Amino acid sequence: MNPHVDTEPFFLSFRLAAITTVVLFVFCVPLAWKLSQTRSGYKPLVEAFISMPLVLPPTVLGFYLLIFFSDRSIPGMFLKETLNIELVFSFEGILIASCIYSLPFMLQPLESGMEQVPAKLIEASYTLGKSKLQTLFHVILPNIKPSILTGLIITFAHTVGEFGVVLMVGGSIQGETRVASIAIYELVELLDYRTAHIYSLILIVFSLAVLMVVYVLNHRNRVTG
Amino acid sequence: MFLIIETGSQVEIMLVSSLKKKLAGAEGDFLLHTDVEIARGGITAIAGPSGSGKTTFLRMLSGLTTPDEGLLEVDGEVWFRKEPGKKTVVNLKPQQRKAGVVFQGYALFPHMSVLGNMLYASRDMVLAEKLLHMTGLQQLKHVKPGNLSGGQKQRVALCRALMQQPQLLLLDEPLSALDEAMKSVLQDELINVNRELGVTILIVTHDSSEMYKLCDRVLLFDTGRIITDTSPRELFVERATTQKFAFKGEILEILAVDAVSIAVVAIGNNLVEVVIDSDEKETLKAGDIVIVGTKAFNPTVRKIAAKDFDFSRL
Repeated sequence: MNPHVDTEPFFLSFRLAAITTVVLFVFCVPLAWKLSQTRSGYKPLVEAFISMPLVLPPTVLGFYLLIFFSDRSIPGMFLKETLNIELVFSFEGILIASCIYSLPFMLQPLESGMEQVPAKLIEASYTLGKSKLQTLFHVILPNIKPSILTGLIITFAHTVGEFGVVLMVGGSIQGETRVASIAIYELVELLDYRTAHIYSLILIVFSLAVLMVVYVLNHRNRVTG
Repeated sequence: MFLIIETGSQVEIMLVSSLKKKLAGAEGDFLLHTDVEIARGGITAIAGPSGSGKTTFLRMLSGLTTPDEGLLEVDGEVWFRKEPGKKTVVNLKPQQRKAGVVFQGYALFPHMSVLGNMLYASRDMVLAEKLLHMTGLQQLKHVKPGNLSGGQKQRVALCRALMQQPQLLLLDEPLSALDEAMKSVLQDELINVNRELGVTILIVTHDSSEMYKLCDRVLLFDTGRIITDTSPRELFVERATTQKFAFKGEILEILAVDAVSIAVVAIGNNLVEVVIDSDEKETLKAGDIVIVGTKAFNPTVRKIAAKDFDFSRL
C-alpha cells in the first residue's frame, strides 16, 4: 500500500492550536494578573481547579464535555435551539474542549512571570498615577516577555499533541475534527503503518523543535538575567 | 455638634494625626503611632534604627500601606481618615495622591529609556526637558536604566517622581547606595529641586551629615514613635557640644598604673589609652561600651546611657 500523506489533519491541528492559543492568551492575561495580585484564601482553590487538566485523564474531561454539549443536556439544547450551534463532533466543540484542557499551560507561565515582577515596579507605577490596567500593559507585560513566549509556545504545542479530549468530544470527522493525532490512531487501526510512520515522524520533529526553542529561550533568559 | 476650627494655616502642608498601624517587629509587635505637622517647602529627615517604622510611615503617606486608623491631610485635602472602631471614611488610592515617591533601589522601569520613564509619569515634554537639564541627564535621555550608574539612576528616579509635580516628595534612603562624592552632588541637587520647585520633601536617611546638610528638621523614630522632633543643629551640635569631641568605643582592659588607672579603649580600628580617675574606675569594666570625650581639656570616659542617642544605629 502506497502511503497517502494528506496535509489536512496537520492543517486542522495547527488551526486548532493557533485559535486555542490566541483565545487562551486573551483570557489568561487578566486572570493571571488577578491571581498574581490577590492574597485571597480562594486563590489555592481557583488554582487547583484550573490545574486539574494537568492530572485528570483527558477522557474524564472529554466525557463530561460530551454530556454537557449533547442536545439532551440543558445547555446543549439551548445552544442548538436558540443559537443553532452544535458542539458535539464539530470543530467549535473541540476548540472549546482544548481551551479548557490547555488552560494551565498558558496560565502558569504567565502567572509565575507576573509574580516575579518586583512589587516596587508595580507600586512605582501606581504612585505615578497609573491604573492597574495601565500598569498591566505598560509595566507588567513588557517585563515578562520570556514567560509570554513560553506560554504561547507550550500551549500551541500541547494543543497539537492533544488526543483523548478531541477523540471523546470530536470523534474523527474528516476536515472537521480529524486532527493529526487522531489521524495516526485511525491509520494504525487500518494497519497503514507506513503513513502512520510519516505522520508520527512529522509530529516528533515538530515537538522536538518546539521544545528546543523553549529551552533555548529559557536558557538565554537565565544567562542575561 | 462639631465645631470646625479654621486654622487657616498656609504654613502647614501636611497634618498627620494619630495615624496608627500595627507592625510586626523583630522583638514582637509594636504600634506605629505618629502625630506630626509638616511645614510647606521644607526638607524633613526621617531617621531612626531599622525596623522603627520609617518606611511604613512613608508608605502610609503615599497610600501604598493602609493605616489602621487616624487622619492624614495634605494641603487641605483629606487623604486618609478613619476613626477607631468605625468604617474608613476616606482612603485615597496611591494614584489619587499627589505624592512623588523615590523608592529604595530606584524601581526604574527597565524596558523604558530615561525619557520613557519620565514621560510615563506625565506627557509634559517641557517639564521633562527642564528636569533633565537641572540634573544634567540630557545626554542620557535615550539610555535604558540597565546602562546607568547608581547616581544616574537616582537622578532618573528623582526626575520621574517630579514629573507629576507632587505636593510631597517622599524619598526612602535615596543616597545610601552611593559613594560620598556622588552623595554630595545629589544632595546639592535635592536642595536645588526643593528651592526651585518649592516641593516639600520627606527623606528617610541614616546619614547624619546628610541630615545636617539637607534638612531643616529631623524626626527620630524608635519602635513606631517619633521620639525626637528637632532641628539637625540641635540634634548634632548643641546637644553634643557639652563635650568638645566624643567617640564611641569599647573598653578592652583597665590597667592600674601607680595611683591612676588607664583604660584601653577600642575606637573603630584604633586603640586609645585614657587615664581615668577613681570615680570613673568604679563604674567601668572591660567590655563596657563607652563614650570618650573631653571636658575642659581632660579626657572623660563614661558608660553609654539611654539618654545618649546612639548615632551608629541611624
